[in-house]
Amino acid sequence: MATLARQEKVPTTAPVRRRREPGASPWAWAWIGPAVILLLAFFIYPLINTFILSFQNADSTRFVGLKNYITIFTSPTMLGVLKNNLLWLVLGTTLTVGLGLIVAVLVDKVKIESIIKSALFIPMAISMVSAGVIWRFVYIYEPPNQPQIGLLNAILALFHIPPQVWLINQNINNFALIVVYTWMWTGFCMVILSAALKGIPDDVVEAAKIDGANRWVMFWQITIPMIGPTLGVVTTTMIINIMKIFDVVYVMTGGNYNTDVVAQEFWNQLFSFQNYGMASALAVILTIAVIPVMYINIRRMRAEERTR
Amino acid sequence: MSTLEEQAVAAMQPKKTTGAPRTTENYFVRSLSNALITAIVVVIALLWSVPTFGLFVSSFRPPQLISTTGWWQGLIPPWNFTITNYMQVITAQGMGQAFLNSLIISIPGTLFPLLLGSFAAFAFAWIKFPGRDFFFFGIVAMLVIPGQIALVPLLQIFTAIGFTGQYWAVWIAHTAFGLPFAVFLLRNFFAALPRDLLESAYVDGASNFRSFWTIVIPLSVPALASLAIFQFMWVWNDLLIALIFLGGNPQRAPMTLNIADLVGTYGNNYQVLTAAAFLSMALPLIVFFSMQRYFVRGILAGSVKG
Repeated sequence: MATLARQEKVPTTAPVRRRREPGASPWAWAWIGPAVILLLAFFIYPLINTFILSFQNADSTRFVGLKNYITIFTSPTMLGVLKNNLLWLVLGTTLTVGLGLIVAVLVDKVKIESIIKSALFIPMAISMVSAGVIWRFVYIYEPPNQPQIGLLNAILALFHIPPQVWLINQNINNFALIVVYTWMWTGFCMVILSAALKGIPDDVVEAAKIDGANRWVMFWQITIPMIGPTLGVVTTTMIINIMKIFDVVYVMTGGNYNTDVVAQEFWNQLFSFQNYGMASALAVILTIAVIPVMYINIRRMRAEERTR
Repeated sequence: MSTLEEQAVAAMQPKKTTGAPRTTENYFVRSLSNALITAIVVVIALLWSVPTFGLFVSSFRPPQLISTTGWWQGLIPPWNFTITNYMQVITAQGMGQAFLNSLIISIPGTLFPLLLGSFAAFAFAWIKFPGRDFFFFGIVAMLVIPGQIALVPLLQIFTAIGFTGQYWAVWIAHTAFGLPFAVFLLRNFFAALPRDLLESAYVDGASNFRSFWTIVIPLSVPALASLAIFQFMWVWNDLLIALIFLGGNPQRAPMTLNIADLVGTYGNNYQVLTAAAFLSMALPLIVFFSMQRYFVRGILAGSVKG
């Protein structure tokens, strides 16, 4: 916020403003008033409140200093939660952005492009609750020697591999959840990247072709640099999204069996343990982790403003 | 931003292949590799569709078959499909009421943020006032704040004023949480409208209010539509806000909440779950397919949303 206020003094629009803007300034507050009041109540007040609560004990009756934060960064359970979030961050971002990019590039020259895109994009329109039911049917486990009605275990049975308890086996359950996230969000990445690909000027592509560049060289030397900014937007969006990841975990495992992540643990602390101090500390950590990414996004937006 | 939108619309159309292949050998290699690429993307698209298709098939199978054989076996004739699962869900599980509740929540939950968002966006785009950029970027920054952070303090306030369990609580919450994105998207669209149009209206003596309703809003229908779809999907599919602010009042629970409860109580009662899940997906999917173009536009313009 401080940075924002400082930047405020730098005129972002062209300093020469010859004509008068339509409208008078006092009325502006009437226009933005309702929105600002709601946002103060729903974002700013809770942020301040949470920040204060995070330095207090479970039922917010006395201050405990940094105790909650120290617990988060030292207790094995909490470190496990942070470790899971990190796994999510690395794998989830790589898979969604990577797969989105691959499909966007491949689908660019295919005749049935719009059908393929819709297929990847549909999960965006499905609620996490329904997606949870959908994926239950993929992951269902039946004891060995019984017919497997879950798709994945049925496929394993074809190769005479014993069925896996996908959501409970701690070696694979985090990956199983990340797969669900990837299923939901790859279409999002793909659509945005695909739009950026279409924006690469034809003459650049033609020039590279004349120079004898093959597809591989074209991809690394032309495509990637040309869509760099969009790739940045998609990646930061996924990073923010995954830092806050909650719904997939909540619906599929509830954070049990070592699949807990920060936002889920926040929920548990809040509603299962009624530990407001710990829950708030987790929320503050989440917010602080998001700030650098937010800063990058706002800087990029300001740069865009200047070129408008 | 607008160029990106145009590209997006173009992106949903298959690109015309330009230029004829130069040699036959070249043509052969090229069509072979194109066939390979087509095969790869078709496999990916199938992988993506199979889970949803499985649910769809399951929801039409008799209960005893769902829990003993895989849904793919149901595709082999003789077919044995039924709509009793749906009948059961609609009549016995209160899904009809939940569907209505979802509508009652989603329609104002879409219109309010659209209205308040366009008011604010208009001021940010066309009225000069001190602190304009500060407030605008402040609101955009709210896009990435984890929503959970607001839940405890809000629940306390809402409980104190007796708001919980009421539609009002959910409407206000969805409005507030949808506002940053609405303001961000609409402000960018409004700012890109031609300056001359608003200036001439102003010279003609039109008030801000009048130019807002007669010029800005009619010209911004595409942006408003994409935002409306986005917000509608978000509200319709929401579980968290409904869980917190309506949790104690099953009479007003939307479909997502109802299904989440079914998962809890009927964890292995697959026929109820499949039909209920598919019912809740029906409306968003219809909206999605009929207005895909606007939906994609909204996503592109708002790709900063976390």
